Amino acid sequence: MSTATQPQQATPSEGAGPQRARPKVSLKATVVYALAALVTLFAWVLDTPADTRTTFQFGTSGDVVSIPNIPVPALGFLVVLLVVMLAATGFSFWRWRERRPLPAWTHVVVGVAFVLAFLTFVGAGRSTVIPMVSLLAGALALSVPLVFGAMSGVICERSGIINIAIEGQLLFGAFMGAVVASAAGSAYLGLVAAPLAGALVGAGLAWFSVSFRVNQIIVGVVLNTLIIGLTGFLFSTVLSDNKALWNSRMPLPRIRIPLLADIPVIGPVLFNQTILVYLMYALIFGLQFMLFRSRWGLRTRAVGEHPKAADTVGIKVNVRRVWNTILGGAIAGLGGAFFTVGSGLAFGREMSAGQGYIALAAMILGKWNPWGAVMAALLFGFSKNLGNVLSSIGSGVPSELLLMLPYVITILAVAGFVGRVRPPAAEGVPYSKS
Amino acid sequence: MKLELQGITKVFGSLVANDHIDLVVEPGEIHALLGENGAGKSTLMNVLYGLYDPDDGQILLDGAPATFRGPGDAVSAGIGMVHQHFMLVPVFTVAESVALGYEPTGAGGVLRLEEARRRVREISDRFGFQVDPDARIEDLPVGVQQRVEIIKALSRDAQVLILDEPTAVLTPQETDELIRIMRELKESGTSIVFITHKLREVRAIADRITVIRRGRVVGEASPTSTETELASLMVGRSVSLTVDKEPAQPGEATFEVEGLSVVAPTGTVLVDDISFDVRAGEILCVAGVQGNGQTELAEVILGIEQADSGSVRLDGKDILGTGVKERLRSGIGFVPEDRSTDGVVSSFSIAENLVLDLYDTPPFARGVSMSPAKVTANAEQRTEEFDVRHTSVHDPISTLSGGNAQKVVLAREMSRPLRLLVASQPTRGLDVGSIEFVHGRVVAERDRGTPVIIVSTELDEVLGLADRIAVMYRGRIVGIVDAVGEDGTPVSRDVLGLMMAGVPLEDAQQQAAQHRSVLGAADLGEEQA
Repeated sequence: MSTATQPQQATPSEGAGPQRARPKVSLKATVVYALAALVTLFAWVLDTPADTRTTFQFGTSGDVVSIPNIPVPALGFLVVLLVVMLAATGFSFWRWRERRPLPAWTHVVVGVAFVLAFLTFVGAGRSTVIPMVSLLAGALALSVPLVFGAMSGVICERSGIINIAIEGQLLFGAFMGAVVASAAGSAYLGLVAAPLAGALVGAGLAWFSVSFRVNQIIVGVVLNTLIIGLTGFLFSTVLSDNKALWNSRMPLPRIRIPLLADIPVIGPVLFNQTILVYLMYALIFGLQFMLFRSRWGLRTRAVGEHPKAADTVGIKVNVRRVWNTILGGAIAGLGGAFFTVGSGLAFGREMSAGQGYIALAAMILGKWNPWGAVMAALLFGFSKNLGNVLSSIGSGVPSELLLMLPYVITILAVAGFVGRVRPPAAEGVPYSKS
Repeated sequence: MKLELQGITKVFGSLVANDHIDLVVEPGEIHALLGENGAGKSTLMNVLYGLYDPDDGQILLDGAPATFRGPGDAVSAGIGMVHQHFMLVPVFTVAESVALGYEPTGAGGVLRLEEARRRVREISDRFGFQVDPDARIEDLPVGVQQRVEIIKALSRDAQVLILDEPTAVLTPQETDELIRIMRELKESGTSIVFITHKLREVRAIADRITVIRRGRVVGEASPTSTETELASLMVGRSVSLTVDKEPAQPGEATFEVEGLSVVAPTGTVLVDDISFDVRAGEILCVAGVQGNGQTELAEVILGIEQADSGSVRLDGKDILGTGVKERLRSGIGFVPEDRSTDGVVSSFSIAENLVLDLYDTPPFARGVSMSPAKVTANAEQRTEEFDVRHTSVHDPISTLSGGNAQKVVLAREMSRPLRLLVASQPTRGLDVGSIEFVHGRVVAERDRGTPVIIVSTELDEVLGLADRIAVMYRGRIVGIVDAVGEDGTPVSRDVLGLMMAGVPLEDAQQQAAQHRSVLGAADLGEEQA
């Protein structure tokens, strides 16, 4: 007899003891839901007059079939949303009592309900509409560098290298993208230069952390500071001296995909974009597939989880890490091009503005999975854009507070409100044979 | 395939790990490499597997010299290795683990996982392994993980299979199963190099035995040698394999655990509603295969792990609410499982390590400053008393051998008047001389009337030390038995082995009576000899 046929976990039914311990389930979700419901009730429901309406706009000017604006009675809709949140609170509490973990969709339901409640409150009794399409389109635009950065993080960290230098890679990509596009007179050449710039930063990170086994976080932060200084210096000297040659605006053209772009609401959001955004779609699907279904992905994950095991089957751990870090750098560099050629802007000092760090947070929130990281990046992009849109339609909420939103979400997310996250086991640990 | 190692030498700094070692493994034989911990067995095998470059000597395969620049070369030459610490990625499936490095792929490097699964099933069926190719490694018991490692080696057509301390993590029943597998592999023509320090196993299965001591081959032995002969060859002097101790004179139960549970943050139940007591002047051994909750139990008693429910009472007082320092001062001595990370601060000196517990109390502290003279004097006295071989008490403790470092830990933990001694794996990785010393000290502490808890995965140690034995399996205590029954016969290894696999005491006794294990048979052989 071997134990191979023994059950993995003693099932509760066979337990003789009456007080069998059961898995811990966190009460955090319930608390957050209850807070959301309380804010909704006291800040918004009680503050909304009974006879006002909020108008949601789902159409755009270019629609083939025009979609009418949808007015809803503000107070009634708020109460419905409040009930949804309360129900979710009760549900999560019941799951906690039963010591069963919460399904992921309740987070989504509460999140959407909370955002809708907020929008309803802001739009109540106003003549201005809540522009849903531009809200989503703007969210996507703000997410693009985050998605590229997070994909870069996934590639590096899955192989065991912590890529704090995403920020520097984004910024250097933005810089080189703008300069090359401007000097060569072609936005597309900018898209070639940007990943090369990012790869250079990635190579620096790989060199120091693999060859010299320097702490990867320190190397990353130093590289970021270096790039900020370097680009800032060049911006204020070379670029300012001859702006027309080195730093003129070179926007990538938008490419409208027929038929797909005509889908109501999401069509114009997703399918009337520049080549850079289409590259991002390809990258997301490609990386998700390659990471879990290809030899490259299997080896990358092995190197990040258990490098010694990889070594014993003849995989060259450090070579793999170096190439992945360079590849990750290139991807983040490409994402950096979104700040300049991708958005039709000239290069500006420190224009990545900490997005690289948010991308890193998106990767963690997405549990080191491409899909999850994309969802997290979209969430961050949306919350940022919400702040922008609301301050432009003139809500009573101070825009500074709203602009804090993505960072608050980031902190909550990284602090583990979204459940247990397990990083690759060998992340940040240099590998050597003996 | 015939494997020859000639004059293999490997030096790490000033340490000669392998000193001109010669070894010949004939095709289809099970060749045991016997030696104490640190004798250089694993180094030799890592050289053979291409993980280390030898400083001298050569490897011959069927008479032709071979050079391995990395494990990849060794594998393609037909050498497979099952490491003591498995080289498996915990989050991978079995099929992925077996495929890694030798992936069947289609266009564009896309994995053909179906092919990988088929390979696993094929080998698994051939040897009756019952391994599911889609199971995740971390969900599998260690015995099955080991079979995955063997499948890995076989899927690359290994003709020489190296097993590095393969039984360290197995229950006796799993060990039997492994022995069956090894015999079957041998039948099919695979040579096996079996690295171990366990005499019993060597005698049960080896065709030939090579003994290594301090990096050198000190002789060959036949499997018919007695354990005592093998032990003296391995250690270099005659050793007593049993622990000298008088029958216990137990007093009152002064340490009681009731309904104790520990749940990991992940929700896994690590310690599951266990209750037991320890009487003054007796040794309770907590036996079980590694990872069945023993570590957590010991840590809860010290207070570095949090209990979720239950009570732990020392001298009638529940100590669960108190801090670690308070517990140490109330008379708990604790020898942690991992000496180098939890037992000592390796960059601190021997003297500093000896006062880690009492550094802030007189005489070692005067107000906010420490008294170096007192610390040194204490160290001189303790190292003398505990026979710590050292050059200066101001040397970093990392300069000591494992055995001497463990003596420092014991010296520190036994320097306070003890009301309870808890020692986890107190002799893991020690040489035979140090093991004898540690065991002697533990028994002496018992004889002073202290309740003692020893957590050990080594059945020999458990049988040698224990007055009573509690067997843990998946966080629960399967049963508690007296080490020596009322009729004066010691508890059988088979019964303990079955309990370590979760079989309740009565069932274990019945099954053991019907079926003697392979290692039990080796036992029998010795009795006849």
